[in-house]
Amino acid sequence: MSFELDRIGLVHGQGGQGQRALRAVSISAARGERLAIIGPSGAGKTSLLRILATSIRPTEGRVAVLGCNPWQLPGGELKRLRSRIGAIHQAPPIPPRQRAITAVIAGRLGQWPWWKSALSLIYPADIAGPRDQLARLDLADRLFDRCDRLSGGQLQRVGVARVLYQRPDLLLADEPVSAMDPALADLTVNQLHSEAASRGVTLVASLHAVDVALRWFPRVIGLRAGEIVFDLPAVKVSDGVLRDLYASETGMLPTQDNQPFASASDDSADGGGLKIVAPPRVI
Amino acid sequence: MPDKLPRERLRDPDARMRATWALFAVVVLWPLLLVAQFRPADLFDARNLAVMGGFAGQFFPPNLSGDFLALALKGTIETLAMATAGTALAVLLAAPLGLVLAHSLSISRIGPGPGRGAGEALRALARFALLLMRGIPEIVWALLLVRAFGLGPASGVLAIAFTYAGMLGKVYSEILESGDTRPARLLLESGSGRLMAFFYGLLPGAAQELTSYTVYRWECAVRASVIMGFVGAGGLGQLMDQSMKMLNGGEVSTLLIIFLLLVLLADALSVALRKSLS
Repeated sequence: MSFELDRIGLVHGQGGQGQRALRAVSISAARGERLAIIGPSGAGKTSLLRILATSIRPTEGRVAVLGCNPWQLPGGELKRLRSRIGAIHQAPPIPPRQRAITAVIAGRLGQWPWWKSALSLIYPADIAGPRDQLARLDLADRLFDRCDRLSGGQLQRVGVARVLYQRPDLLLADEPVSAMDPALADLTVNQLHSEAASRGVTLVASLHAVDVALRWFPRVIGLRAGEIVFDLPAVKVSDGVLRDLYASETGMLPTQDNQPFASASDDSADGGGLKIVAPPRVI
Repeated sequence: MPDKLPRERLRDPDARMRATWALFAVVVLWPLLLVAQFRPADLFDARNLAVMGGFAGQFFPPNLSGDFLALALKGTIETLAMATAGTALAVLLAAPLGLVLAHSLSISRIGPGPGRGAGEALRALARFALLLMRGIPEIVWALLLVRAFGLGPASGVLAIAFTYAGMLGKVYSEILESGDTRPARLLLESGSGRLMAFFYGLLPGAAQELTSYTVYRWECAVRASVIMGFVGAGGLGQLMDQSMKMLNGGEVSTLLIIFLLLVLLADALSVALRKSLS
Protein backbone atom coordinates (compact mmCIF):
# COMPACT_ATOMS: atom_id res chain seq x y z
CA MET A 1 0.00 0.00 0.00
CA SER A 2 1.51 3.30 -1.07
CA PHE A 3 -0.96 5.48 0.75
CA GLU A 4 -4.36 5.27 2.33
CA LEU A 5 -6.72 8.11 3.19
CA ASP A 6 -9.61 7.11 5.40
CA ARG A 7 -12.52 9.56 5.57
CA ILE A 8 -10.28 12.60 5.47
CA GLY A 9 -11.79 15.98 6.25
CA LEU A 10 -10.00 19.30 6.13
CA VAL A 11 -11.10 22.69 7.40
CA HIS A 12 -8.71 25.56 6.78
CA GLY A 13 -8.15 27.94 9.66
CA GLN A 14 -7.82 27.44 13.38
CA GLY A 15 -10.38 25.64 15.53
CA GLY A 16 -12.44 24.33 12.64
CA GLN A 17 -14.06 27.71 12.00
CA GLY A 18 -12.74 28.34 8.51
CA GLN A 19 -13.45 27.19 5.00
CA ARG A 20 -14.06 23.48 4.48
CA ALA A 21 -11.74 22.11 1.80
CA LEU A 22 -12.30 18.35 1.98
CA ARG A 23 -15.08 16.14 3.29
CA ALA A 24 -14.94 12.38 3.94
CA VAL A 25 -12.38 11.63 1.26
CA SER A 26 -11.21 8.02 1.15
CA ILE A 27 -8.64 6.90 -1.38
CA SER A 28 -6.04 4.21 -1.30
CA ALA A 29 -3.41 3.34 -3.83
CA ALA A 30 -1.16 0.36 -4.24
CA ARG A 31 2.53 0.75 -4.91
CA GLY A 32 3.17 1.65 -8.53
CA GLU A 33 -0.35 2.90 -9.23
CA ARG A 34 -0.76 6.04 -11.31
CA LEU A 35 -3.78 8.20 -10.72
CA ALA A 36 -5.03 11.59 -11.79
CA ILE A 37 -7.24 13.91 -9.79
CA ILE A 38 -9.49 16.19 -11.83
CA GLY A 39 -12.16 18.65 -10.89
CA PRO A 40 -13.14 22.30 -11.14
CA SER A 41 -11.08 25.05 -9.52
CA GLY A 42 -11.43 25.10 -5.75
CA ALA A 43 -12.46 21.44 -5.63
CA GLY A 44 -9.73 20.61 -3.12
CA LYS A 45 -7.18 19.00 -5.45
CA THR A 46 -4.25 20.92 -4.00
CA SER A 47 -5.39 20.32 -0.41
CA LEU A 48 -5.58 16.61 -1.09
CA LEU A 49 -2.06 16.53 -2.49
CA ARG A 50 -0.72 18.60 0.39
CA ILE A 51 -2.17 16.09 2.85
CA LEU A 52 -0.40 13.29 0.97
CA ALA A 53 2.78 15.38 1.03
CA THR A 54 2.46 15.61 4.85
CA SER A 55 2.55 19.39 4.59
CA ILE A 56 -0.86 19.79 6.21
CA ARG A 57 -2.56 17.68 8.81
CA PRO A 58 -6.18 16.73 8.09
CA THR A 59 -8.82 17.93 10.51
CA GLU A 60 -10.56 14.55 10.49
CA GLY A 61 -9.75 11.05 9.37
CA ARG A 62 -6.69 8.88 9.16
CA VAL A 63 -3.69 9.14 6.84
CA ALA A 64 -1.13 6.50 6.07
CA VAL A 65 1.65 7.37 3.68
CA LEU A 66 4.33 4.84 2.67
CA GLY A 67 3.23 2.58 5.48
CA CYS A 68 3.09 4.97 8.40
CA ASN A 69 0.89 7.62 9.92
CA PRO A 70 3.04 10.74 9.52
CA TRP A 71 1.42 12.56 12.42
CA GLN A 72 2.34 9.86 14.91
CA LEU A 73 6.01 9.77 13.96
CA PRO A 74 8.74 11.41 16.01
CA GLY A 75 10.46 14.38 14.36
CA GLY A 76 13.43 12.54 12.91
CA GLU A 77 11.38 9.81 11.28
CA LEU A 78 8.87 12.33 9.90
CA LYS A 79 11.81 14.10 8.28
CA ARG A 80 13.01 10.85 6.73
CA LEU A 81 9.49 10.09 5.50
CA ARG A 82 9.25 13.53 3.92
CA SER A 83 12.51 12.98 2.07
CA ARG A 84 10.84 9.97 0.41
CA ILE A 85 7.89 12.05 -0.86
CA GLY A 86 8.41 14.32 -3.85
CA ALA A 87 5.93 17.11 -4.55
CA ILE A 88 5.84 19.05 -7.80
CA HIS A 89 4.13 22.41 -7.47
CA GLN A 90 2.16 24.33 -10.03
CA ALA A 91 4.32 27.44 -9.56
CA PRO A 92 7.47 25.96 -8.03
CA PRO A 93 8.74 28.27 -5.29
CA ILE A 94 12.37 28.52 -6.33
CA PRO A 95 14.40 31.60 -5.38
CA PRO A 96 14.81 33.70 -8.56
CA ARG A 97 18.51 34.23 -7.90
CA GLN A 98 19.23 30.52 -7.66
CA ARG A 99 20.85 28.65 -10.53
CA ALA A 100 18.92 25.77 -12.08
CA ILE A 101 21.56 23.25 -10.96
CA THR A 102 21.29 24.40 -7.34
CA ALA A 103 17.51 24.26 -7.50
CA VAL A 104 17.69 20.67 -8.76
CA ILE A 105 20.32 19.64 -6.21
CA ALA A 106 17.99 20.93 -3.49
CA GLY A 107 15.88 17.84 -4.18
CA ARG A 108 18.39 15.72 -2.27
CA LEU A 109 18.82 17.96 0.78
CA GLY A 110 16.76 15.52 2.82
CA GLN A 111 19.03 12.63 1.85
CA TRP A 112 22.49 14.16 1.80
CA PRO A 113 24.48 14.83 4.95
CA TRP A 114 24.50 18.55 5.73
CA TRP A 115 28.16 19.04 4.87
CA LYS A 116 27.61 17.68 1.37
CA SER A 117 24.70 20.09 0.84
CA ALA A 118 26.75 22.95 2.26
CA LEU A 119 29.76 22.19 0.03
CA SER A 120 27.44 22.03 -2.98
CA LEU A 121 26.73 25.72 -2.51
CA ILE A 122 30.40 26.35 -3.25
CA TYR A 123 30.92 23.62 -5.86
CA PRO A 124 28.10 21.23 -6.84
CA ALA A 125 28.79 17.74 -5.49
CA ASP A 126 26.95 16.27 -8.45
CA ILE A 127 26.75 17.93 -11.86
CA ALA A 128 25.93 14.96 -14.08
CA GLY A 129 22.84 13.98 -12.04
CA PRO A 130 21.02 17.31 -12.30
CA ARG A 131 22.13 17.63 -15.95
CA ASP A 132 20.59 14.23 -16.77
CA GLN A 133 17.30 15.10 -15.10
CA LEU A 134 17.10 18.45 -16.90
CA ALA A 135 18.01 16.72 -20.16
CA ARG A 136 15.00 14.42 -19.79
CA LEU A 137 12.87 17.56 -19.86
CA ASP A 138 14.77 19.14 -22.75
CA LEU A 139 16.39 21.73 -20.51
CA ALA A 140 20.01 20.55 -20.25
CA ASP A 141 21.33 23.75 -21.82
CA ARG A 142 19.96 25.84 -18.95
CA LEU A 143 21.86 23.93 -16.25
CA PHE A 144 23.93 26.88 -15.05
CA ASP A 145 21.39 29.60 -15.79
CA ARG A 146 19.75 31.57 -13.04
CA CYS A 147 16.10 30.77 -12.50
CA ASP A 148 14.97 34.36 -13.06
CA ARG A 149 16.16 33.99 -16.66
CA LEU A 150 13.76 31.09 -17.27
CA SER A 151 10.21 31.26 -18.57
CA GLY A 152 7.27 30.00 -16.52
CA GLY A 153 7.22 26.69 -18.36
CA GLN A 154 10.98 26.25 -18.00
CA LEU A 155 10.79 27.00 -14.28
CA GLN A 156 8.03 24.45 -13.95
CA ARG A 157 10.32 21.89 -15.58
CA VAL A 158 13.15 22.78 -13.19
CA GLY A 159 10.68 21.99 -10.39
CA VAL A 160 9.91 18.65 -12.02
CA ALA A 161 13.63 17.92 -12.49
CA ARG A 162 14.23 18.60 -8.79
CA VAL A 163 11.66 15.99 -7.79
CA LEU A 164 12.97 13.50 -10.37
CA TYR A 165 16.44 14.04 -8.90
CA GLN A 166 15.03 13.47 -5.40
CA ARG A 167 13.93 9.97 -6.54
CA PRO A 168 10.97 9.79 -4.16
CA ASP A 169 8.90 6.69 -3.37
CA LEU A 170 5.71 8.70 -3.75
CA LEU A 171 5.53 11.16 -6.62
CA LEU A 172 2.95 13.95 -6.21
CA ALA A 173 2.31 16.55 -8.89
CA ASP A 174 0.00 19.53 -8.53
CA GLU A 175 -0.85 20.83 -12.02
CA PRO A 176 2.67 19.91 -13.17
CA VAL A 177 2.28 21.07 -16.78
CA SER A 178 -0.06 24.07 -16.46
CA ALA A 179 2.48 26.53 -17.88
CA MET A 180 3.72 24.37 -20.76
CA ASP A 181 2.66 24.05 -24.37
CA PRO A 182 1.05 20.72 -25.35
CA ALA A 183 4.25 19.19 -26.74
CA LEU A 184 6.32 19.94 -23.64
CA ALA A 185 3.41 18.96 -21.41
CA ASP A 186 3.32 15.57 -23.10
CA LEU A 187 7.08 15.20 -22.76
CA THR A 188 6.93 16.07 -19.05
CA VAL A 189 3.98 13.82 -18.23
CA ASN A 190 5.72 11.06 -20.19
CA GLN A 191 8.87 11.47 -18.07
CA LEU A 192 6.84 11.37 -14.87
CA HIS A 193 5.25 8.14 -16.02
CA SER A 194 8.50 6.55 -17.10
CA GLU A 195 10.05 7.50 -13.75
CA ALA A 196 7.10 5.99 -11.89
CA ALA A 197 7.14 2.88 -14.09
CA SER A 198 10.89 2.25 -14.02
CA ARG A 199 11.16 2.56 -10.26
CA GLY A 200 7.74 1.16 -9.44
CA VAL A 201 6.63 4.17 -7.45
CA THR A 202 3.19 5.69 -7.11
CA LEU A 203 2.30 8.80 -9.10
CA VAL A 204 -0.58 11.10 -8.16
CA ALA A 205 -1.20 14.17 -10.30
CA SER A 206 -3.87 16.81 -10.17
CA LEU A 207 -4.68 18.06 -13.64
CA HIS A 208 -6.81 20.81 -15.00
CA ALA A 209 -6.87 19.37 -18.52
CA VAL A 210 -9.31 16.48 -18.68
CA ASP A 211 -7.88 15.12 -21.93
CA VAL A 212 -4.37 14.80 -20.44
CA ALA A 213 -5.77 12.97 -17.42
CA LEU A 214 -7.76 10.50 -19.51
CA ARG A 215 -5.00 9.94 -22.03
CA TRP A 216 -2.23 9.23 -19.56
CA PHE A 217 -3.64 7.92 -16.32
CA PRO A 218 -5.19 4.46 -15.83
CA ARG A 219 -7.20 5.68 -12.84
CA VAL A 220 -9.02 9.00 -12.55
CA ILE A 221 -10.62 10.54 -9.49
CA GLY A 222 -13.16 13.34 -9.84
CA LEU A 223 -13.27 15.83 -7.01
CA ARG A 224 -15.86 18.55 -6.55
CA ALA A 225 -16.45 20.85 -3.57
CA GLY A 226 -14.12 18.74 -1.43
CA GLU A 227 -15.86 15.46 -2.09
CA ILE A 228 -15.08 12.52 -4.34
CA VAL A 229 -17.58 12.37 -7.19
CA PHE A 230 -16.09 9.34 -8.91
CA ASP A 231 -13.08 7.07 -8.70
CA LEU A 232 -12.93 5.07 -11.92
CA PRO A 233 -10.56 3.46 -14.37
CA ALA A 234 -10.01 5.97 -17.17
CA VAL A 235 -11.78 3.78 -19.70
CA LYS A 236 -14.95 3.92 -17.63
CA VAL A 237 -15.01 7.70 -17.23
CA SER A 238 -18.00 8.57 -19.38
CA ASP A 239 -18.92 11.89 -20.86
CA GLY A 240 -21.93 12.20 -18.59
CA VAL A 241 -19.77 11.74 -15.52
CA LEU A 242 -17.46 14.53 -16.70
CA ARG A 243 -20.33 16.91 -17.52
CA ASP A 244 -21.65 16.25 -14.04
CA LEU A 245 -18.25 16.98 -12.47
CA TYR A 246 -17.87 20.34 -14.19
CA ALA A 247 -21.56 21.21 -13.98
CA SER A 248 -20.95 24.58 -12.42
CA GLU A 249 -18.53 25.70 -15.12
CA THR A 250 -19.26 26.63 -18.72
CA GLY A 251 -20.47 24.00 -21.16
CA MET A 252 -16.94 23.17 -22.31
CA LEU A 253 -14.71 20.73 -20.53
CA PRO A 254 -11.27 22.11 -19.68
CA THR A 255 -8.63 20.68 -21.99
CA GLN A 256 -4.94 21.14 -22.58
CA ASP A 257 -5.09 23.71 -25.38
CA ASN A 258 -8.74 24.67 -24.96
CA GLN A 259 -9.79 22.57 -27.96
CA PRO A 260 -13.36 21.36 -27.65
CA PHE A 261 -13.51 17.94 -26.09
CA ALA A 262 -15.48 15.25 -27.90
CA SER A 263 -18.82 15.34 -26.18
CA ALA A 264 -22.22 13.65 -26.26
CA SER A 265 -24.02 16.82 -27.23
CA ASP A 266 -22.19 16.88 -30.56
CA ASP A 267 -24.00 15.03 -33.29
CA SER A 268 -20.99 12.97 -34.12
CA ALA A 269 -21.38 9.99 -36.35
CA ASP A 270 -19.50 7.57 -34.15
CA GLY A 271 -22.15 7.34 -31.49
CA GLY A 272 -21.51 10.67 -29.80
CA GLY A 273 -19.64 9.00 -27.00
CA LEU A 274 -16.40 10.04 -25.48
CA LYS A 275 -13.37 9.01 -27.47
CA ILE A 276 -10.71 7.52 -25.28
CA VAL A 277 -7.42 7.69 -27.04
CA ALA A 278 -5.10 4.87 -26.17
CA PRO A 279 -2.37 6.11 -23.83
CA PRO A 280 0.86 6.83 -25.65
CA ARG A 281 3.58 4.35 -25.01
CA VAL A 282 5.81 5.30 -22.14
CA ILE A 283 9.33 5.61 -23.41
CA MET B 1 -28.47 49.74 -16.73
CA PRO B 2 -29.11 49.26 -13.04
CA ASP B 3 -30.81 52.00 -11.07
CA LYS B 4 -28.64 54.75 -9.73
CA LEU B 5 -27.23 53.78 -6.38
CA PRO B 6 -28.10 56.15 -3.55
CA ARG B 7 -25.24 58.63 -3.25
CA GLU B 8 -24.68 58.37 0.50
CA ARG B 9 -23.84 54.65 0.22
CA LEU B 10 -20.76 55.30 -1.93
CA ARG B 11 -18.39 55.94 0.94
CA ASP B 12 -15.06 54.40 1.80
CA PRO B 13 -15.99 52.19 4.76
CA ASP B 14 -12.44 52.41 6.17
CA ALA B 15 -12.32 56.21 6.30
CA ARG B 16 -13.69 56.48 9.83
CA MET B 17 -11.16 53.99 11.17
CA ARG B 18 -8.29 55.88 9.53
CA ALA B 19 -9.44 59.21 10.92
CA THR B 20 -9.73 57.68 14.39
CA TRP B 21 -6.17 56.35 14.26
CA ALA B 22 -4.83 59.67 13.00
CA LEU B 23 -6.56 61.51 15.85
CA PHE B 24 -5.28 58.94 18.32
CA ALA B 25 -1.71 59.46 17.09
CA VAL B 26 -1.95 63.22 17.63
CA VAL B 27 -3.52 62.81 21.07
CA VAL B 28 -0.72 60.47 22.15
CA LEU B 29 2.15 62.35 20.53
CA TRP B 30 1.32 65.85 21.79
CA PRO B 31 1.77 65.16 25.52
CA LEU B 32 4.94 63.20 24.69
CA LEU B 33 6.41 66.27 23.02
CA LEU B 34 5.49 68.33 26.08
CA VAL B 35 7.15 65.82 28.39
CA ALA B 36 10.28 65.93 26.23
CA GLN B 37 10.32 69.74 26.62
CA PHE B 38 10.20 70.13 22.87
CA ARG B 39 10.03 73.87 22.21
CA PRO B 40 11.14 74.49 18.63
CA ALA B 41 10.95 78.28 19.10
CA ASP B 42 14.00 78.10 21.42
CA LEU B 43 16.09 77.09 18.46
CA PHE B 44 15.59 80.49 16.87
CA ASP B 45 15.94 82.62 20.01
CA ALA B 46 18.55 85.32 19.31
CA ARG B 47 20.57 84.65 22.48
CA ASN B 48 20.66 80.89 21.85
CA LEU B 49 21.64 81.45 18.24
CA ALA B 50 24.58 83.59 19.37
CA VAL B 51 25.78 80.94 21.85
CA MET B 52 25.43 78.18 19.29
CA GLY B 53 27.15 80.30 16.66
CA GLY B 54 30.04 80.94 19.04
CA PHE B 55 30.45 77.22 19.69
CA ALA B 56 30.28 76.34 15.99
CA GLY B 57 32.63 79.24 15.17
CA GLN B 58 35.40 77.61 17.17
CA PHE B 59 35.31 74.72 14.70
CA PHE B 60 37.03 76.84 12.03
CA PRO B 61 39.53 76.33 10.77
CA PRO B 62 39.91 72.55 11.21
CA ASN B 63 43.20 71.52 12.77
CA LEU B 64 45.15 69.88 9.97
CA SER B 65 48.60 69.86 11.59
CA GLY B 66 50.67 66.75 10.97
CA ASP B 67 50.91 65.87 14.64
CA PHE B 68 47.17 65.90 15.13
CA LEU B 69 46.46 64.11 11.85
CA ALA B 70 48.85 61.32 12.87
CA LEU B 71 46.98 61.05 16.16
CA ALA B 72 43.65 61.09 14.33
CA LEU B 73 44.83 58.39 11.93
CA LYS B 74 45.77 56.13 14.81
CA GLY B 75 42.38 56.85 16.37
CA THR B 76 40.59 56.10 13.10
CA ILE B 77 42.31 52.74 12.77
CA GLU B 78 41.44 51.92 16.36
CA THR B 79 37.83 52.97 15.85
CA LEU B 80 37.49 50.99 12.63
CA ALA B 81 39.06 47.97 14.30
CA MET B 82 36.70 48.29 17.28
CA ALA B 83 33.61 48.69 15.09
CA THR B 84 34.59 45.89 12.71
CA ALA B 85 35.58 43.40 15.39
CA GLY B 86 32.47 44.28 17.40
CA THR B 87 30.15 43.87 14.41
CA ALA B 88 31.83 40.61 13.37
CA LEU B 89 31.34 39.17 16.86
CA ALA B 90 27.78 40.47 16.86
CA VAL B 91 27.06 38.67 13.56
CA LEU B 92 28.51 35.44 14.98
CA LEU B 93 26.21 35.73 17.99
CA ALA B 94 23.16 36.97 16.09
CA ALA B 95 23.12 34.58 13.11
CA PRO B 96 22.32 31.38 15.04
CA LEU B 97 19.83 33.18 17.27
CA GLY B 98 18.13 34.77 14.26
CA LEU B 99 17.88 31.36 12.58
CA VAL B 100 16.39 29.81 15.70
CA LEU B 101 13.88 32.63 15.95
CA ALA B 102 12.67 32.65 12.34
CA HIS B 103 9.28 30.95 12.09
CA SER B 104 9.79 30.44 8.38
CA LEU B 105 12.38 27.77 9.24
CA SER B 106 10.25 25.94 11.77
CA ILE B 107 9.77 22.26 10.94
CA SER B 108 7.37 21.62 13.80
CA ARG B 109 4.99 24.29 12.47
CA ILE B 110 4.29 22.17 9.40
CA GLY B 111 1.23 20.23 10.32
CA PRO B 112 1.81 21.18 13.15
CA GLY B 113 4.09 18.24 13.78
CA PRO B 114 6.01 16.87 16.74
CA GLY B 115 8.40 19.01 18.79
CA ARG B 116 6.23 22.12 18.67
CA GLY B 117 6.47 22.79 22.39
CA ALA B 118 10.24 22.34 22.51
CA GLY B 119 10.61 24.56 19.45
CA GLU B 120 8.55 27.35 20.95
CA ALA B 121 10.47 27.10 24.24
CA LEU B 122 13.79 27.38 22.41
CA ARG B 123 12.44 30.32 20.44
CA ALA B 124 11.32 32.08 23.62
CA LEU B 125 14.78 31.54 25.10
CA ALA B 126 16.49 32.99 22.02
CA ARG B 127 14.09 35.92 22.03
CA PHE B 128 14.91 36.62 25.68
CA ALA B 129 18.66 36.41 25.05
CA LEU B 130 18.38 38.95 22.23
CA LEU B 131 16.17 41.19 24.35
CA LEU B 132 18.67 41.15 27.19
CA MET B 133 21.58 41.98 24.90
CA ARG B 134 19.96 44.92 23.17
CA GLY B 135 17.95 46.07 26.19
CA ILE B 136 21.12 47.18 27.94
CA PRO B 137 22.58 50.22 26.12
CA GLU B 138 26.11 49.74 24.74
CA ILE B 139 27.42 52.50 27.00
CA VAL B 140 26.32 50.53 30.06
CA TRP B 141 27.88 47.35 28.67
CA ALA B 142 31.07 49.38 28.10
CA LEU B 143 31.13 50.82 31.62
CA LEU B 144 30.57 47.31 32.96
CA LEU B 145 33.25 45.72 30.76
CA VAL B 146 35.83 48.46 31.33
CA ARG B 147 35.95 47.21 34.90
CA ALA B 148 36.86 43.73 33.69
CA PHE B 149 39.20 44.54 30.80
CA GLY B 150 40.51 47.92 31.90
CA LEU B 151 40.71 50.98 29.68
CA GLY B 152 41.13 50.28 25.96
CA PRO B 153 39.29 49.02 22.90
CA ALA B 154 38.60 45.46 24.17
CA SER B 155 35.67 46.51 26.33
CA GLY B 156 34.29 48.62 23.48
CA VAL B 157 34.45 45.66 21.11
CA LEU B 158 32.49 43.44 23.47
CA ALA B 159 29.99 46.17 24.31
CA ILE B 160 29.24 46.63 20.61
CA ALA B 161 29.14 42.87 20.08
CA PHE B 162 26.49 42.33 22.77
CA THR B 163 24.17 45.23 21.97
CA TYR B 164 24.41 44.79 18.22
CA ALA B 165 23.93 41.03 18.41
CA GLY B 166 20.61 41.80 20.08
CA MET B 167 19.58 44.16 17.29
CA LEU B 168 20.96 42.07 14.42
CA GLY B 169 19.37 38.84 15.65
CA LYS B 170 15.96 40.43 15.90
CA VAL B 171 16.15 42.04 12.47
CA TYR B 172 17.69 38.92 10.86
CA SER B 173 14.75 36.83 12.01
CA GLU B 174 12.32 39.46 10.73
CA ILE B 175 14.04 39.59 7.34
CA LEU B 176 13.88 35.79 7.14
CA GLU B 177 10.16 35.86 7.85
CA SER B 178 9.32 38.59 5.36
CA GLY B 179 9.82 38.07 1.66
CA ASP B 180 9.11 34.77 -0.07
CA THR B 181 9.36 32.01 2.52
CA ARG B 182 7.77 29.30 0.34
CA PRO B 183 11.05 27.99 -1.11
CA ALA B 184 12.29 27.16 2.39
CA ARG B 185 8.97 25.68 3.40
CA LEU B 186 9.00 23.48 0.31
CA LEU B 187 12.48 22.22 1.20
CA LEU B 188 11.44 21.51 4.80
CA GLU B 189 8.46 19.61 3.41
CA SER B 190 10.80 17.38 1.44
CA GLY B 191 12.83 16.47 4.48
CA SER B 192 15.57 19.10 4.45
CA GLY B 193 17.10 20.35 7.70
CA ARG B 194 16.66 23.92 8.94
CA LEU B 195 20.15 25.12 8.10
CA MET B 196 20.08 23.81 4.54
CA ALA B 197 16.53 25.11 4.02
CA PHE B 198 17.99 28.50 4.98
CA PHE B 199 20.94 28.25 2.60
CA TYR B 200 18.98 26.85 -0.36
CA GLY B 201 15.58 28.44 0.22
CA LEU B 202 15.91 31.75 2.03
CA LEU B 203 19.44 33.08 1.59
CA PRO B 204 19.24 33.67 -2.19
CA GLY B 205 16.30 36.01 -1.65
CA ALA B 206 17.42 37.56 1.62
CA ALA B 207 21.17 37.96 1.11
CA GLN B 208 20.92 41.52 -0.15
CA GLU B 209 18.81 42.73 2.71
CA LEU B 210 20.81 40.83 5.34
CA THR B 211 24.03 42.33 3.99
CA SER B 212 22.81 45.87 3.75
CA TYR B 213 21.40 45.79 7.26
CA THR B 214 24.66 44.35 8.59
CA VAL B 215 26.70 47.04 6.85
CA TYR B 216 24.34 49.69 8.23
CA ARG B 217 24.90 48.26 11.71
CA TRP B 218 28.66 48.46 11.10
CA GLU B 219 28.20 52.13 10.25
CA CYS B 220 26.29 52.59 13.50
CA ALA B 221 29.08 50.73 15.30
CA VAL B 222 31.61 53.26 14.00
CA ARG B 223 29.55 56.03 15.60
CA ALA B 224 28.90 54.01 18.74
CA SER B 225 32.61 53.41 19.17
CA VAL B 226 32.95 57.18 19.57
CA ILE B 227 30.69 57.10 22.59
CA MET B 228 32.73 54.16 23.90
CA GLY B 229 35.77 56.43 23.57
CA PHE B 230 34.18 58.91 25.97
CA VAL B 231 34.23 56.24 28.67
CA GLY B 232 37.84 55.33 27.94
CA ALA B 233 37.62 52.68 25.25
CA GLY B 234 40.13 54.48 22.99
CA GLY B 235 39.80 55.40 19.34
CA LEU B 236 38.46 58.59 17.79
CA GLY B 237 35.99 58.98 20.62
CA GLN B 238 38.70 59.34 23.20
CA LEU B 239 40.39 61.99 21.05
CA MET B 240 37.07 63.78 20.65
CA ASP B 241 36.54 63.68 24.40
CA GLN B 242 39.95 65.23 25.01
CA SER B 243 39.48 67.91 22.34
CA MET B 244 36.05 68.83 23.69
CA LYS B 245 37.35 69.09 27.22
CA MET B 246 40.18 71.36 26.06
CA LEU B 247 37.65 73.40 24.05
CA ASN B 248 39.75 72.85 20.94
CA GLY B 249 37.17 73.42 18.20
CA GLY B 250 39.63 72.96 15.32
CA GLU B 251 40.44 69.45 16.46
CA VAL B 252 36.75 68.62 16.96
CA SER B 253 35.92 69.69 13.42
CA THR B 254 38.78 67.61 11.98
CA LEU B 255 37.37 64.60 13.81
CA LEU B 256 33.85 65.37 12.58
CA ILE B 257 35.12 65.47 8.99
CA ILE B 258 36.72 62.06 9.53
CA PHE B 259 33.38 60.72 10.80
CA LEU B 260 31.62 62.04 7.75
CA LEU B 261 34.17 60.31 5.52
CA LEU B 262 33.71 57.06 7.43
CA VAL B 263 29.93 57.19 6.99
CA LEU B 264 30.44 57.87 3.28
CA LEU B 265 32.75 54.87 3.14
CA ALA B 266 30.15 52.67 4.83
CA ASP B 267 27.52 53.87 2.39
CA ALA B 268 29.72 53.13 -0.63
CA LEU B 269 30.50 49.70 0.79
CA SER B 270 26.82 48.96 1.23
CA VAL B 271 25.99 50.03 -2.33
CA ALA B 272 28.87 47.96 -3.75
CA LEU B 273 27.87 44.85 -1.77
CA ARG B 274 24.24 45.14 -2.74
CA LYS B 275 25.20 45.52 -6.36
CA SER B 276 27.45 42.46 -6.29
CA LEU B 277 24.63 40.39 -4.75
CA SER B 278 21.91 41.42 -7.17
